[in-house]
Amino acid sequence: MADTQSKELKVREKQEVTGPAEQTAPGLVFTPAVDIFETEKEITLLADMPGVKPDHLTIDLRDNTLTLSADIEPMDDGDVEKILVEYETGRYYRQFTLGEMINQENIDAKLNDGVLRLTLPKVEKATPKKITVATG
Amino acid sequence: MIYRRFLNVPTWRFRSPFEELHRMRQQLDQLFEDSATPHQRLSAGVFPLINLTEDKDNYYVRAELPGVKGEELDIQVTGNNLGISGERKIAAEEKGARYHRREREAGRFSRMIGLPGDINSDKVNAKIENGILTVVVAKAEAAKPKQISVK
Repeated sequence: MADTQSKELKVREKQEVTGPAEQTAPGLVFTPAVDIFETEKEITLLADMPGVKPDHLTIDLRDNTLTLSADIEPMDDGDVEKILVEYETGRYYRQFTLGEMINQENIDAKLNDGVLRLTLPKVEKATPKKITVATG
Repeated sequence: MIYRRFLNVPTWRFRSPFEELHRMRQQLDQLFEDSATPHQRLSAGVFPLINLTEDKDNYYVRAELPGVKGEELDIQVTGNNLGISGERKIAAEEKGARYHRREREAGRFSRMIGLPGDINSDKVNAKIENGILTVVVAKAEAAKPKQISVK
């Protein structure tokens, strides 16, 4: 149990994101809904980010902290009048703490239909090496 | 000043101190209600939330449907109503995957939106791009605003 606990991907949840400190752009910031699951080889993260284009998405992994941030483009309909507004749009931001060593070279990210699929392969465990002590 | 304090304190005392607490609580509740952010409504299930805008020629209906493909959507126009229905599927992952978080939801949805004016049902275009559905519905000629020049 203790072993599986150490593999848990810990989530630093932010229900209300008032805006990450390093960004000063105006507008609302949302927390994307995610699915996170792991197999023996990798950790996969799926995040719903409607309205995000691939080149506006930033994925950053440093010191076991994974940061997703994305900008969206405002809809350019020209001169429109709002009749009904049920949802707001804005940037996305979410951070996770990874409890597992990740092979940074082979991280794979795909963004299809507003869903990000991020594959984080685990570092293969170092095989135990036997060292023989020579006498004499 | 002293006189006012003298007046205030006794009346406050005469009422039950709980009444005062109750009043404070009501004020706090009010504060929280006011500060309720709009994005809290985002979590309102799988039914798509709609943003509806118009210009002089068209209505624009938008919904956030990440992961839904065009062929999984059924869009119909009846009278002045626009129906959006479909199913959001989340593919099963390989066996043995251990989930840490499961916030994304799958399921069917169906919604009717009554448009405020007459529409031209022959000119309805729908596209889904980056998980955002946009339906452009042309207004009927009669519903378009006419510029009337004053002579």
